[in-house]
Amino acid sequence: MKTMRYLEVGQMDDLGRLDTPLHRLDARIKMVTVAVFIIAVMSFPRYEVSGLMPLFVFPFALIGVGKIPLGCIYKKVLPALPFALFVGLFNPLIDRDPMLTLGPLALSGGWLSFASILLRFTLTVSAALTLVACTGIHRLCAGLEQLGVPSLFAVQILFLYRYLFVIGDESIRMFRSVQIRSTGSKKLSLRVYCALIGHLLIRSIDRAQRIYRAMVSRGFDGQIRLLHRTQPGWRDAIFLLGWIAFFISVRHRNPARIVGCWLTGEGL
Amino acid sequence: MHMADALISPAVGGMMWVAATGLIAWCSKKVRAACDDRLIPLMGVLGAFVFAAQMINFAIPATGSSGHIGGGLLLTALLGPHAAFLVIASVLTVQAFFFADGGLLALGCNIVNLGFFPAFVAYPLLYLPITKSAKNGARLWIASVAAAVVGLQMGSFAVVLQTLASGVSDLPFGSFALLMQPIHFAIGVVEGLATAAVVAFMVRARPEALVTDSLRKPLRPVLTGLLLASVLIGSVGSWFTSSQLDGLEWAIQKTSGNEEMETPETGTHCRLEKVQEKTAFLPDYGFKDADSEEANAWPAVEIGTSVSGLVGGLSTLAIAALIGFSLKARRRNE
Repeated sequence: MKTMRYLEVGQMDDLGRLDTPLHRLDARIKMVTVAVFIIAVMSFPRYEVSGLMPLFVFPFALIGVGKIPLGCIYKKVLPALPFALFVGLFNPLIDRDPMLTLGPLALSGGWLSFASILLRFTLTVSAALTLVACTGIHRLCAGLEQLGVPSLFAVQILFLYRYLFVIGDESIRMFRSVQIRSTGSKKLSLRVYCALIGHLLIRSIDRAQRIYRAMVSRGFDGQIRLLHRTQPGWRDAIFLLGWIAFFISVRHRNPARIVGCWLTGEGL
Repeated sequence: MHMADALISPAVGGMMWVAATGLIAWCSKKVRAACDDRLIPLMGVLGAFVFAAQMINFAIPATGSSGHIGGGLLLTALLGPHAAFLVIASVLTVQAFFFADGGLLALGCNIVNLGFFPAFVAYPLLYLPITKSAKNGARLWIASVAAAVVGLQMGSFAVVLQTLASGVSDLPFGSFALLMQPIHFAIGVVEGLATAAVVAFMVRARPEALVTDSLRKPLRPVLTGLLLASVLIGSVGSWFTSSQLDGLEWAIQKTSGNEEMETPETGTHCRLEKVQEKTAFLPDYGFKDADSEEANAWPAVEIGTSVSGLVGGLSTLAIAALIGFSLKARRRNE
């Protein structure tokens, strides 16, 4: 399972290296837009369900333009669901006032706010994952640095990400050699397991230090360098302002309500 | 213990973001000033290690639940509080971006809950005084377990407070706290044992890798107190900025039978409410609009007419999906 997840992280990295109009936008602009999006999502009243729907345009449009496979995003959303589910699940139990009637069915406020929580969760999480998939960790960290995050912290995020692969490689190598040497017995005893983990730590530290020394001797000075340092241009401005205008208009007027009234022939 | 965006209001999230970024900036300055060359690769690799360790969920006996270690205390014991705080913050950032574990708006909360309490409260006030200079033996184990438990208890209580202050979830304060605290006590014990085991192993196998030796100056207690106070004020302050106190309202409902306490028509209470009505940018999380009377009526959705909302919602969702697919198809044709 660990190796599977580890390989999936690599997949996000591959996606980040694609070359689409979305990937070519400035990383800072994309980060700010996603931040505004999340704030817009969370500013809705607690019982809002229909008003959140139009906001799905944002992640879907990015996924479409950025050529990101939808499954890759939603496979990562699902494992994170339990916590939101756990806390949200109490809403229907506690808040039982009926608020919505669908023929004979009466929905309580709790179910509405529960649905709202799940929608918010899906929206914000898919937006964040899409941001990474269309930017890549390297440009993301450089963008963080340009946004004024201390460079030590930006480099730390980059190193953490890179060393994840170092540890993954080391652990695959170690467990493979254990498997080769212990034919027949399938389960490792706790003692062996602990010793393995300890040595994995030591070996990874040593390797990380060697890599770091090699980087320093090749001129690494704590700055993240990019081949092309982008400057925000008119495309970026249109992207940012266009989306912000969209968020504000969706926040103020509920397009879902308008469409619904139009379809059901009901007055606004 | 990673909080998700869906449970946080922008006010609480923003407040904790400010606290977290301030701490990150301060810690970056401190680590840069320490100028220890061993620290940078060690921070990266230990971060990756904790990241990997957090993927391993262990079952908590007799609860049917599971947990994973936070790793905050382990990092602090190996790297010192400032570097450790940066590492935890980076672990949580990568998790939020890559694994959807904890949201972006909630990132500030998560960094403070999982980073601040072990690094700047439990470590200087519990771990250091108990271990003293002992690097092995009973003292190390006692100190690790005590510090891990206390750090996690504070962190999980902060989760309860932040959820309560956000008012998105209906969980009543008491039962949420009763669920969170004992579970995190169990996780804390496991985390403490794991921390002690790793530290003892490192002392035996690679003593020179322990950076804390050179940084082993206890933080000034005054500073710790100030930071603690500011975080507390931040959380309590944001409590008041959020306009719905669900747990409280719930408790009020239980005790008085009313959803909201009836406010007196005159007097300071009334006047304060008027001021609040004027200044509130997001009254009850809705933008201020002309018919604020209606918006203030608590369940803001009208019965009956909301069918159109449901139909419209589903159709706009379909439209949004259609836009995404058409954009994708267009790009493929190019």
